[in-house]
Amino acid sequence: MTAAAARRRRGKAAEILRRHPTVVAGTVLLLIMAAIALLAPYLWTIDPQAVSPVRRLRQPSERYWFGTDMLGRDVYSRVIYGSRISLAVGLCVAVLSTALGLAIGLVTGYVRLVDAIVMRVMDGLMSIPPVLLAIALMALTKASVENVIVAITVAEVPRVTRLVRSVVLSLREQPFVEAAVASGTGFVRTLRRHILPNTIAPLLVQGTYICASAIITEAILSFIGAGTPPNVPSWGNIMAEGRSLFQVAYYIILFPGIFLSITVLAVNLVGDGLRDALDPRLARRM
Amino acid sequence: MFAYIVRRLLATIPVMGVVAIFVFSLLYLTPGDPAVIIAGDFATVDDVARIRAKLGLDQPFHIRFGDWLWAVLHGDLGISIFTNLPVARLIGQRVEPTVALTLFTLIIAVIFAVPMGVLAAWKAGQWLDRAVMAFAVIGFSVPIFVLAYLLIFGLSIGLELLPVQGYVSITEGFWPFLERLILPSIALGVTYMALIARITRASMLDVLSQDYIRTAQAKGMAANQVLIGHALKNAAVPIVTIIGIGIALLISGVVVTETVFAIPGIGRLTVDAILRRDYPIIQGVILMFSAVYVLINLLVDLSYTLLDPRIRY
Repeated sequence: MTAAAARRRRGKAAEILRRHPTVVAGTVLLLIMAAIALLAPYLWTIDPQAVSPVRRLRQPSERYWFGTDMLGRDVYSRVIYGSRISLAVGLCVAVLSTALGLAIGLVTGYVRLVDAIVMRVMDGLMSIPPVLLAIALMALTKASVENVIVAITVAEVPRVTRLVRSVVLSLREQPFVEAAVASGTGFVRTLRRHILPNTIAPLLVQGTYICASAIITEAILSFIGAGTPPNVPSWGNIMAEGRSLFQVAYYIILFPGIFLSITVLAVNLVGDGLRDALDPRLARRM
Repeated sequence: MFAYIVRRLLATIPVMGVVAIFVFSLLYLTPGDPAVIIAGDFATVDDVARIRAKLGLDQPFHIRFGDWLWAVLHGDLGISIFTNLPVARLIGQRVEPTVALTLFTLIIAVIFAVPMGVLAAWKAGQWLDRAVMAFAVIGFSVPIFVLAYLLIFGLSIGLELLPVQGYVSITEGFWPFLERLILPSIALGVTYMALIARITRASMLDVLSQDYIRTAQAKGMAANQVLIGHALKNAAVPIVTIIGIGIALLISGVVVTETVFAIPGIGRLTVDAILRRDYPIIQGVILMFSAVYVLINLLVDLSYTLLDPRIRY
């Protein structure tokens, strides 16, 4: 790369930073969190599962950065490992619910008969607040990360279906779709070549917001004891353990809470950035 | 109008029907034997058999569903597995704190969030707008229970301004009642406020670019008259819609808020039921909250005619 090209590239990076400081901040924060999650085995200081009654409820110090909990486990190391659960749940739920919602939404938007039935079911599911729906599912299954992911996905799918269906309904009236159908394009090919590509942008934005809300829902479920099993450190779990002790050991709740908030904020900022970039019409309004 | 109300009320029947079928059939759809899971790790064979009989899992699906639905339609939500008391009565005992908390939150959220959105739209692009939008993004990102503990650490433990936890009925004095609701309501309301402020701003921005707003300004009307009399009135429909839809946030949030602040409401009942795997209670709570949610949004739909005379049913 020549010096001039390097300067141009630097100039471009500075321009992006100047125009979208929040998006850049969100992306950087998210990358840091992802790095913490991936590098957790190298970042912990004391085995996050090691119970030691002797050193229980220690204040944050040079040795125990975020203090220790009532079983003497190191809060810092547990928070570091907790990032894995939150990010994994957020990502899995976002991918699974957009994929499922896309499949159902494409079919309902295009086939009238299915539409009437499926959308009544979706209306019913959407009238159950998502956290309660996930609680109901968790009450009847064994506590595990996989079940948490499934429960939150089920709660999110109706909204994605709605979105995809509305996009498909408006697309099928568009001249280019009518032209494709008129020129003899088959059903599958029309969906794949003309409808599907146009649903990607709104889905990507929606997927980011779902990721943020799934991270919060997982933390809520774990916090009230209906989520990730207690032997797996997740931010919600760690905070749940500090619930009865918060007057004496504030740090058990504070540190995972900060990590949780920053992660959700980062995902939301990235979502806002994607929305601005992909849907300029909506961006001006919001 | 009357015909429309009747039609809309009838339209809620299939929606509630889906909710009922869903919460009921979960017992059958989830993998594994729900009776074993509910009974817990230390249950004997007799315990499991007892729970199975109690949930009616020993009978075929359609008979059990028919009996259950018939009972629900008569206000009987079943019997709690753990306490052996009727679920409807357990919920009834816990209604007051939850209604007080959600209503108070709803009121303060609307009182603060709508003016915030209006001012942000009026000063679009300026620092006030940026501040409101920053609040909207952050408010939507900080989970309720994190905010709740930050408030407790700061205002209750640090400054000793407000009680840490608990609930006092309004019959025992207005101030003790109110001072214990302030922190829970802020914690519960911030996400909701962020949502309302954002939609208010967007809706106001749409209206403020209309010709009749320029006309009103050109003829020298005061800014606040234009904003409230002309703009807010015409921006009201999306705002009221989001206030209705956002109730789902409050209902979900109540579960967490009541846990943090030790408020003996329906949310707390739900959490206790989860820990004891008392599914009939969870079933009853979901049915009730969903019905409330559907009815509130029906009222919102009906309010459109009052807000916008152009809408006629």
